Amino acid sequence: MALQCSRTCRQYLLHLAHDNIDFRLPEIKALLSIQGKPFDPSENFKEKSPFLRLNGLSEDNIRNIMGRTVCAKSAFELWGHGKTTDELKSSLLKYPSERMLPFLQEESTYKINVYTFNKTLVFQDRIKKIDALNFLPFKGKVNLKDPDHIFCLLEDYGTDPNNIPEEPFYRYFGRWIADGQRDLIRSHSVKKRHFIGNTSMDAGLSFIMANHARVKEHDLVYDPFVGTGSLLVACCQFGAYVCGTDIDYNTIHGAGKSSRTNQKWRGPDENIRANLRQYGTERQYVDVLISDASKSIWRREALFDAIITDPPYGIRESTRRTGSHKDIIKPPEDFCGESHVPVSMEYRLSDIFSDLLNFAAHHLVMGGRLVYWLPIYRPEYCEEMIPLHPCLSLISNCEQVFSTHTSRRLITMEKTKEPAVCVCALNVFLCVCLSSVCVCVFPCSAHV
Amino acid sequence: MKLLTHNMLTSHVKGVTKGYPLLIKATEVKVNEVDFNPQFISRMIPKIEWSALIQAAEGLGHLQDLPSAVAPDFESNEDFLRKVHRALLEVEVIEGCLQCPESGREFPISRGIPNMLLNEDES
Repeated sequence: MALQCSRTCRQYLLHLAHDNIDFRLPEIKALLSIQGKPFDPSENFKEKSPFLRLNGLSEDNIRNIMGRTVCAKSAFELWGHGKTTDELKSSLLKYPSERMLPFLQEESTYKINVYTFNKTLVFQDRIKKIDALNFLPFKGKVNLKDPDHIFCLLEDYGTDPNNIPEEPFYRYFGRWIADGQRDLIRSHSVKKRHFIGNTSMDAGLSFIMANHARVKEHDLVYDPFVGTGSLLVACCQFGAYVCGTDIDYNTIHGAGKSSRTNQKWRGPDENIRANLRQYGTERQYVDVLISDASKSIWRREALFDAIITDPPYGIRESTRRTGSHKDIIKPPEDFCGESHVPVSMEYRLSDIFSDLLNFAAHHLVMGGRLVYWLPIYRPEYCEEMIPLHPCLSLISNCEQVFSTHTSRRLITMEKTKEPAVCVCALNVFLCVCLSSVCVCVFPCSAHV
Repeated sequence: MKLLTHNMLTSHVKGVTKGYPLLIKATEVKVNEVDFNPQFISRMIPKIEWSALIQAAEGLGHLQDLPSAVAPDFESNEDFLRKVHRALLEVEVIEGCLQCPESGREFPISRGIPNMLLNEDES
């Protein structure tokens, strides 16, 4: 069945970047599901491999993925593949010529690239590999600068840099279709961003989050712990309209101390709106407000297409909500309202997450996604620690490791059920485990 | 604060049962031009509480000729979508406050940003 399909259906090859490995497949799956396409990898699919072969797609599907992905570098229409040169050759000779010939015409120009993963080849060896492909009926002229068609021989030398084999484990040959959006990572680097804070999210991870959340054009996206708005910047890039809230007055107003080393105070126009303006997406700015994430200010309705956030864990940004442990002191009689600053108190991690899940269940549209980070104390981690909610299904759970003991996990959930009158996020393990994160991992910082 | 945001906000003061819509008391209102995106406006219309939008736009003196009900063919009615676009995204309250209709609690808006924090004894 699989063999038959590889002969009749086109197969596409994605070359994935070899960083954020855990996040790559959920990203590709999310980008496929935006188009209503299933994830159908080839036989002998390996999760950690930088090469991913996909079945059952059209070239347009692939172009749509590449228009969004920051995990894949390039995509190819796969013409042949195999373990050895002979296998590759016989596979290429079997590829239907009517699919090849339009790209090999006499009046067209082309070039062939050689890409090797986990090995560097000298120039002569590359030329030899290209010459060995002369059994293909190339009729056009070579043009290295601006060819009509680009072909690529890709070789996989495994993932162990200390044990590089003489010959590759696997070879692929195909026609280049499109590159991914890796350039966005550089162009949106927080180093060059107008307004940043101590915990601004890295550009690459922000785009990955927006992709996991399936943020689309004309969506309305909300971040309840918006900070300096890094996640909103990424969502706007994909055409969404954005709003956010944060409990910190100074951050929202762009006041107070600067996070840059050579600058003491924030400038007059350092705010989220200016960040969007910097990237040409200010038209998608809806609003940011000062509000406490533990107390919803939104009317009870499915308002948001996605909720995407990086909650404070109390390590680099403190966890706060309004309230007080002390007996409430009545404000004086002549109290005029404006000058009182509400006291904030510690916001328990387990409460942050159960509030967040409940909020998402009530305020996401059906099929909308919640994407957020969960801090993990690795020696005690087990899957049961992921907070659950009867109305939300877990889609993916990807780890970003910080040290042998600490990491954070990017959790993606999808709303699959409307909440009844009162359902609450429940997870027996959560309270115990998350309080242990604070106590075990961050004994001083979290409780000072 | 844009009227789209206002339309989604509700009072969360403790004990309040009818905290919607918040009353806008504006001292400074601005109209900023925003690129028109008919698809986004069409997607928002079913989520909008129409009477609250009308009331808010009227209160700010920016009702213009926004109809009192949603046009039945709104998705293909560009003229109507442009009017809604203006009300939802272009009219902005810069200074003033939002008032809870039941408790009277006021939430200040300064430099376009509402402060929705409550004091310890209010929540």
